[in-house]
Amino acid sequence: MGSKSGSKELIGNLLAEQYQKAFEAKAKGEPIGWSTSVFPQELPESFGLRICYPENQAAGIAAKKESLKLCNIAEDKGYSIDLCSYARTNFGFIENGGCESLNMPRPDFLLCCNNICNQVVKWYENISKELNIPLIMIDTTFNNEYEVSQARIDYIKGQFEEAIKQLEIISGKKFDPKKFEAVMKISSKNGKLWKYSMSLPSAKPSPMNGFDLFNYMAVIVCARGKKETTNAFEILIKELEERIKNEETTFRGEEKYRIMMEGIPCWPYIGYKMKTLAKYGVNMTGSVYPDAWALEYEVNDLDGMAKAYSSMFNNVNLDRMSEYRIDSLKLGKCDGAFYHMNRSCKLMSLIQYEMQRKVYEATGLPYAGFDGDQADPRCFTEAQFETRIQGLVEVMEEKKELSRKVMYKT
Amino acid sequence: MYTMGLDIGSTASKGVIIENGVRIRATAIVSFGTGTTGPSKVVNELFGQLNISREDIDKIVVTGYGRMKYADSHKQISELSCHTKGVTFLVPNAKTIIDIGGQDAKALKVNEKGKLVNFVMNDKCAAGTGRFLDVMAKTLEVNVSDLGDLDAKSTKEVSISSTCTVFAESEVISHLANDTAIEDIIAGIHASVAKRVSSLAKRVGIQESVVMVGGVALNKGVVRAMENAIGFKIIVPELAQLTGALGAALYAFDESQK
Repeated sequence: MGSKSGSKELIGNLLAEQYQKAFEAKAKGEPIGWSTSVFPQELPESFGLRICYPENQAAGIAAKKESLKLCNIAEDKGYSIDLCSYARTNFGFIENGGCESLNMPRPDFLLCCNNICNQVVKWYENISKELNIPLIMIDTTFNNEYEVSQARIDYIKGQFEEAIKQLEIISGKKFDPKKFEAVMKISSKNGKLWKYSMSLPSAKPSPMNGFDLFNYMAVIVCARGKKETTNAFEILIKELEERIKNEETTFRGEEKYRIMMEGIPCWPYIGYKMKTLAKYGVNMTGSVYPDAWALEYEVNDLDGMAKAYSSMFNNVNLDRMSEYRIDSLKLGKCDGAFYHMNRSCKLMSLIQYEMQRKVYEATGLPYAGFDGDQADPRCFTEAQFETRIQGLVEVMEEKKELSRKVMYKT
Repeated sequence: MYTMGLDIGSTASKGVIIENGVRIRATAIVSFGTGTTGPSKVVNELFGQLNISREDIDKIVVTGYGRMKYADSHKQISELSCHTKGVTFLVPNAKTIIDIGGQDAKALKVNEKGKLVNFVMNDKCAAGTGRFLDVMAKTLEVNVSDLGDLDAKSTKEVSISSTCTVFAESEVISHLANDTAIEDIIAGIHASVAKRVSSLAKRVGIQESVVMVGGVALNKGVVRAMENAIGFKIIVPELAQLTGALGAALYAFDESQK
């Protein structure tokens, strides 16, 4: 598995396997859960429960250009066009009784953690009512203060304990602290491997096309607590290190500019975006996503686990949010930042103007923004996107030219 | 030596030919944009003015919405950089540029060397752009080129609150039905455009001299409303609609020197 396509293939298979095993479990009558992307999966995993991730599925459906159909079904039913398009895709999927591009079994219980977004609370409450199934909620409350206070940690920890009781009823099994400990160990290790592997693209030239991150991300979302994931990321690290040594990359063409991309991609246009960025020699080497699943805590440290889940980059105050971006620009050795004004993601997007200003003040790196949506193709215009990236490229080039002149003079 | 710049927009095509990178020799504007006969008409008109042909042009740079669709060019450069280059050629101390085109609006921040350092463009929709004014002029049964003069006769600006072109049109129709003076409605429309676009300029950080370009800059009513909204005097160069094409022609000259 040391070939160039080794980890990509392995990770692709691993992801497909998660969906397959969920169907098999459902067929055997086992309860299936649907979960938000950064739920403390250590809890259901330690009960051996099979979990599907609607955000991951919606991204896959959108990339295969079926999300608009499902969004329309949801809108016909009466869901507002202003709701998140992942939620609308999911509601449309439920209404439609499946879809063509990527199916997953119907849930028997729901796992919702609002550390990534607050709209998920209503999204999951709605499925719970529609399908009459239990909802386990972990409320992380937005951290308006810089640090996660002890009161917040205690509040979250109390919810972990309640979730364990609910999962005992759903699974019909007693909670096993040993299994929980084992899952914590694997999850923590996988989180670290994920973060380390995604720090490797910071090499110059970057060993991969930045958008590959999203392929690998799918697995850390869907299988963070599994041993197979450890193996896949270890292979990925070997490949990336090998490519760095040989100065090889999966990026098409010459890497002239390195940027941080903020936000979820516009999945229905992912091919166009990659092609356009490659045309201008722009690679994404900075992202805040490596931090999202690198949840750092010691095994059996529930305080640490509560703090880690509460510190997601969407759940922290503006100063800390900006720091995540500043750090990723520095780590990625970026020349600029490109912000996706994602019409689905109100919290992440509407804070952008001020965040852009703060990040610019701290780094002096040029930036631009573009309009779009993660799964609704109606919110994106190709020409508008290209003008903005070309404008950013021209500003980055001016800056490079200036530093070349300064270097030449000295 | 001649170089040519074309700015192929969504609603108009503009062209400039310069000589030796310093002298503007021919300019042309045609009210048809990309995908129409506009670009070829502009080129023919430019050539006609100088009695030259394609062989006499050393380099061509194309900008604007239709820049990627025009085959006969040596380089395509975004309108952001082209407007900066064109404006700083005409107004060397320009630090903030506001450009309102057919389907987008932008605010550009320029450094002391005349280089583009940051920019902010309209998001979500094309409200507050040239097309918005086209629709309003049609509804009011006036020529878009007369909007500025009519605005000057306003005594009581009315409020146009919707940013959506379609809903704003409905508001205008309601005002007409209530016998509101056309001049006052126009002043309200201009204020609405200025409010939307001025926030882009404020976000990019306004520094003098402030220059406004693009077809909409020819509308004195919008310029007046914009000055009120940002609190700065605005310079409108004589060739306001041509600065993108001029910048492209200057870039073409740079290309010819490589």
